[in-house]
Amino acid sequence: MWNRIYALFVARNLEFVRDRSALAWSVLLPVLIIFVFAFAFTDDNPEKFKVGLVSGSALEGAAATFGDTRYIKFIDFDEVETSLQKVERHQVDLLFDPDSNRYWINQTSPNGYIVEKLLIAAYSDSGESLQQIMVAGDEIRYIDWVIPGVIAMNIMWGALFGIGYVIVRYRKFGVLKRLSATPVTAVEFLCAQILSRLWLLVVVNVVIFIGMDLFVDFRMHGSYFSLLLVFTLGCINLICCGLVVAARISSEEVANGVLNLFSWPMMFLSGVWFSLEGAHPLMQKFALLLPLTHVTEAAREIMIDGAGIVDVSDHLLVLGVSSVILLFIGARIFQWE
Amino acid sequence: MSVILQVSSLVKRFGQLTAVNDVSFEIREGCCFGLLGPNGAGKTTTIEMMEGIKIPDSGTIRYQGGALGSQFRNEAGIMFQTTALQEFITVREIMVQFSRFYPDTTGIDELADRYALHDFLNQDTRKLSGGQKQRLLLAMALINKPKILFLDEPTTGLDPQSRRNLWRQVQEIREQGATVLLTTHYMEEAYELCDEIAIMDHGRIIAHDAPDALLAAHFDDVVVQIHAADIPRAIGEQEFQAIYRNDNAHIVTGDVNRTIEHLLRLNIPLNRLRIRARDLEDLFLELTGKELRA
Repeated sequence: MWNRIYALFVARNLEFVRDRSALAWSVLLPVLIIFVFAFAFTDDNPEKFKVGLVSGSALEGAAATFGDTRYIKFIDFDEVETSLQKVERHQVDLLFDPDSNRYWINQTSPNGYIVEKLLIAAYSDSGESLQQIMVAGDEIRYIDWVIPGVIAMNIMWGALFGIGYVIVRYRKFGVLKRLSATPVTAVEFLCAQILSRLWLLVVVNVVIFIGMDLFVDFRMHGSYFSLLLVFTLGCINLICCGLVVAARISSEEVANGVLNLFSWPMMFLSGVWFSLEGAHPLMQKFALLLPLTHVTEAAREIMIDGAGIVDVSDHLLVLGVSSVILLFIGARIFQWE
Repeated sequence: MSVILQVSSLVKRFGQLTAVNDVSFEIREGCCFGLLGPNGAGKTTTIEMMEGIKIPDSGTIRYQGGALGSQFRNEAGIMFQTTALQEFITVREIMVQFSRFYPDTTGIDELADRYALHDFLNQDTRKLSGGQKQRLLLAMALINKPKILFLDEPTTGLDPQSRRNLWRQVQEIREQGATVLLTTHYMEEAYELCDEIAIMDHGRIIAHDAPDALLAAHFDDVVVQIHAADIPRAIGEQEFQAIYRNDNAHIVTGDVNRTIEHLLRLNIPLNRLRIRARDLEDLFLELTGKELRA
């Protein structure tokens, strides 16, 4: 069995490594995306301010005056503790609790300074006093925030299209039919494809990570091992998604459509490019069904917050369990022809 | 000789179409068995069920008395009608890959020598000519020292020289003791290679025996063949019930002398006349009303 898996593994690797255009795209595309987003679309427009509101009730009096200020986006939060982290990271310029008239501000945030002036001005005629609480923390730049998602997204493209397209092409041109006439079993074939794609994705993305680390200064507070584990499990999960899609399809056009149906929602609803904070609750719940959300969030927690394996165990569990389910489904419905 | 493969009441349907309809036969060990039929007769579907690639709707296939299991997979060599190979892989690499699938294999260099592949061992499989690719596919089918070899139209698309080379190679394989199951629509090929043939049409076997026995059973006459330009169609069809095909008028007769006398009376030039025995092509035409290469 292992001999047959090894034979298929080697053949698939040779195919991939020698297909230089595919290899080049696998490496170049994410790097290009990073540079485009880092230097062209980084959003530091000074006219936009974000204020977090802790109270769920309607604003009244001076608070309502402050709430009417233009160019400020007000975001509702449930509790102070979890919201404070956003002030610390400059993701929110000021956090305000209108019930207690307390506000939290990052002492190093220029936007926070300006929003504080606006808040004080709104309250100046009311006779009410405000209580300032200072917090500290470095700014989380967009590049720090987006890099984990971009790597996760690159894994998604590589896994879904890398494995899905290859299997569909093999089926369409009769390569699978020829293999089915040998002692190779479906499980052996699928294992070889997973292993082959897995190590390629891991190596390619480690190279991308190292390369970006050399050229772009981004946060990496957690352990490299934890990050590798998250990305490896993400690779396995997304490869299994690709296997399920490719289990029966024999037309590249249909495969392309179905793979896009999987990948595009993941690209935009998994929080790769923008935070889902403030999005419709249903969309937030839907995002939790997408494997890319868990890979991205776990990677962010490790890279930005320095989280450990235990801290991201919920994401790892989802990825692990769904991988097993997807692999089982893929193997069950797989057809050689 | 013992039976190596037994096919009983095989049926395969694709929607409304019954591609294979109640097909039964046995293949003896060491024999070359030919499955003949025009395109769409059901021979590829039949052979693919025998290879274990397609699942029959009903009927059974037994290899050495048992079901088609791992023993069959290890002992069967298969060459499909068309096969794509993995891209960016050399001839040697694909042979190494396939040799790893089996417990007992023939060496790559030995196969490369036998099938004149040595010069292409390090060449990308996409750059092989039609004949080179067929030789590689045959070598791949033989890599596991098969006891039974399935060849589905192995010479389709090959030039005459490559076709004759492949015939010679199939004969060598047989001499080494392997059983061969061959599908073809080339009569000459079937006659040259096969000990037994089964003729299929519309998913059924309509005749099955040794080629000479089939011809003897169906024919006691010969064919007088005249170039079509030498005998006007109206005369040929009216006087001799001639069949016109391949630029020739084919006159079937049990009395050659009388037919020639008749032709002379009608002043038909006999310079391009040829008398031949009835062949499998005639047999197929007789049985189905269709030409095999149609």
